[in-house]
Amino acid sequence: MTALELSRLQFAVVTVYHYLFVPLSISLATLTALLQTLAYRSTKRRGAAAPEADGGTGDVRWQRLTLVAGKLLMITFAVGIVTGLVQEFQFGLSWSAFARFYGDVFGPTLAIEGMLAFFLEATFLGLWWFGADRLRPALHLATIWIVAIGTLISAYVILAANAFMQNPVAYTLDPGTGRARLGSFADLLTNQVVLAAFPHTIAGAFAGGGALLLAIGAYRMRRGDPDGRWRLFTRVGAWTTAAAGAAVALTGDLLGKVMTEVQPMKMAAAEALYATQAGAPFSLFAVGAPGAKGPFFSLDVPWLLSFLATGDPTATVQGIDDLQAQYTAQFGPGDYVPVVPMAYWSFRFMIGFGVLATVVAAWVLWRTRRDRALDDAHVVDRWLLRLLWTVPVMPALAATAGWLFTETARQPWLVFGLFRTADGVSPGLTPIELAASLAGFALVYGVLAVVWVRLVLRVARTAGSDPVPVPDDSEPERPLVPSY
Amino acid sequence: MDLPTLWFALAITCWVLFFVLEGFDFGVGVLASALGRDDHERGAGVSTIGPVWDGNEVWLVAAVGVTFAAFPDWYAALMSGLYLPFVLILLVLAARGVALEFRGKGGTEAFRRWCDGVLAASSLLVAALWGAVLGVLATGLALGADGEVVGGGLSRSLAPLVSGPALLGAALGVGAALLQGATFLGLRTTGPLRPRARTAALVTLVPVAVLVALVAPVGLVAVAVVGALVALRREVLAFAAASVAVALGVVAVLAAHLPVVLPSTLDPAFSLTVAGAAASPGALELITIAAVVVLPGVVAYQAFSYWVFRRRVASERVAS
Repeated sequence: MTALELSRLQFAVVTVYHYLFVPLSISLATLTALLQTLAYRSTKRRGAAAPEADGGTGDVRWQRLTLVAGKLLMITFAVGIVTGLVQEFQFGLSWSAFARFYGDVFGPTLAIEGMLAFFLEATFLGLWWFGADRLRPALHLATIWIVAIGTLISAYVILAANAFMQNPVAYTLDPGTGRARLGSFADLLTNQVVLAAFPHTIAGAFAGGGALLLAIGAYRMRRGDPDGRWRLFTRVGAWTTAAAGAAVALTGDLLGKVMTEVQPMKMAAAEALYATQAGAPFSLFAVGAPGAKGPFFSLDVPWLLSFLATGDPTATVQGIDDLQAQYTAQFGPGDYVPVVPMAYWSFRFMIGFGVLATVVAAWVLWRTRRDRALDDAHVVDRWLLRLLWTVPVMPALAATAGWLFTETARQPWLVFGLFRTADGVSPGLTPIELAASLAGFALVYGVLAVVWVRLVLRVARTAGSDPVPVPDDSEPERPLVPSY
Repeated sequence: MDLPTLWFALAITCWVLFFVLEGFDFGVGVLASALGRDDHERGAGVSTIGPVWDGNEVWLVAAVGVTFAAFPDWYAALMSGLYLPFVLILLVLAARGVALEFRGKGGTEAFRRWCDGVLAASSLLVAALWGAVLGVLATGLALGADGEVVGGGLSRSLAPLVSGPALLGAALGVGAALLQGATFLGLRTTGPLRPRARTAALVTLVPVAVLVALVAPVGLVAVAVVGALVALRREVLAFAAASVAVALGVVAVLAAHLPVVLPSTLDPAFSLTVAGAAASPGALELITIAAVVVLPGVVAYQAFSYWVFRRRVASERVAS
């Protein structure tokens, strides 16, 4: 493999891996803050003086559930941080030519994300986790909200940087060096792609966090739920995923329309639509390789593609062949067609797994309405309970497919219309260096994944019980021990 | 002062804050296991950095981000030129961060032992690696005309790590981290860890003095001051002096070749200068505004965090 291919593979591996944890961190931070707010209000309502309410001074259920979500958050955030650090180095490590040409636009965005958001998250997460017995309850509650807000700011700024690659705005090209120069930062932050991608991404993140709570709640409910706390947990998760799933669909529709405008090739590839067509159908499913020109079987919904892309069922949607001809005229000879089967299938996996997670969440809401519970005697419930672990996996697969789609279907461009991926790779880098680093990442990330899964399973099995387990007597003495 | 010069100063400030703040938590990572004789004592050592290490490490994010934003060419040449050393640092930092965060959440003593072991080994290794990188920067990289390090194969980016300056830097990096860590533990613990930390500081001072004498004899003044303060049991001042010494050392390395920010060992014409590597005025103005608005707040809430966790950590087992 060439240095370019290895660099692309490595970027895909470390970025997809990082993004398994990011959506959970974002949603769990807000969900933990919400649960703690409910715990705080229940304590206040009962007029309790003691903040460290252990039963009697508030609704202990919310406190325990805050603890469970908080533990999941801490474990997940740790992996998100260490893998996120890699992202910041990557643009210099293996994409130094890109860093030189677009550093003026890209660098400030990363720097501002770090200064504005990352510091907030890291510092206040430490304060929250270790500060429960040192901060007033209201201040302690504020710290987790600050973490949650920090994650959202991070997501916005990073997505704005990505949006620049999808739809470059707010720059000028230096006539002498060919390098980009930053124009208005406000314009960079209001790129129409980020305005659509941010709500879509955040909704997807909440679908992920909700599914994790749902799965853990349903698992624990089945093993006994005297005061109904696990039912609450399940339903908080299910509501989150169901509502987020609906929001993902709405915002996805919006993002699709924006993308049709700024990168018509990406959307044509998503449909394997070679010929420009008026009243184009939406392909639900295909047999055969959609990349191969010529007919393959496809189950179509008439006019739907035109409607989704533009809002008008009879509108003309540009096909791959026309766009290729147009780009050749515009940018010179070259292959401007992304890998079509990849685009076609990743787009469908994204939608499919997203819909599946939403349907499961809605089903759980329906089956747990009023005082009901999932029931082994019901065939769907039985399978669901048996396969609970797959529920949090669905939104993760949807998000992964979504990123694979949006990044691979932009190719051959790194910055759409301006800068090719092949031109961005570090010129001096040798394939053997990349092979070594890729092996290192695979090894360390593999071990991290195993440990993370084991810790999450441990939280799922044991956290949030009553009575609170006496802190392991083997743990160090207290002045500075997390009270959660 | 023009904007590129100002930003060179600010970038160095971020790097210095990173090295000073993470320096002591690297040191504590090693010493918690080296000085703690059982699970409780190791836990007490780790607890002194538990709430703050992550905020410290964000200074690395800030330093790298600011370097990228203000000096894209410097960032590009440094990262791609020292490709494998930086990948190694990232992998070791990943293992380290996860060991710190997971330690208290696995439930068993065996798991904590594992985490403590990983923490100690990774802290030691990463201190050595950063020290080596600083050693390399003191002499420069084999930058060609395109700003990329020349050479082929693995040795292109690995060879600088086994050069004389890099090895000296690695040894000094470990020594400095241990010294900072030991004075920090002395400041933040009670019980048996406290006197052991003091001994560790005194023991570390000897090889550090030898290394400093080799590299920059003038630095012996700082070593002597730290040594005197440790001997006099002035814990706050000893830690402060060790930190200031690290800060001065980092500044000396990074600013040694001004106005060159990254010297080429092949041809001075290929060296990167402050003006040549700087971003456009528009980008610099933007991050100046961001830094002026945001960074004072960061310093304030990080100081608040240290204030909240100011109490000493006990390392005796307390009857419950």
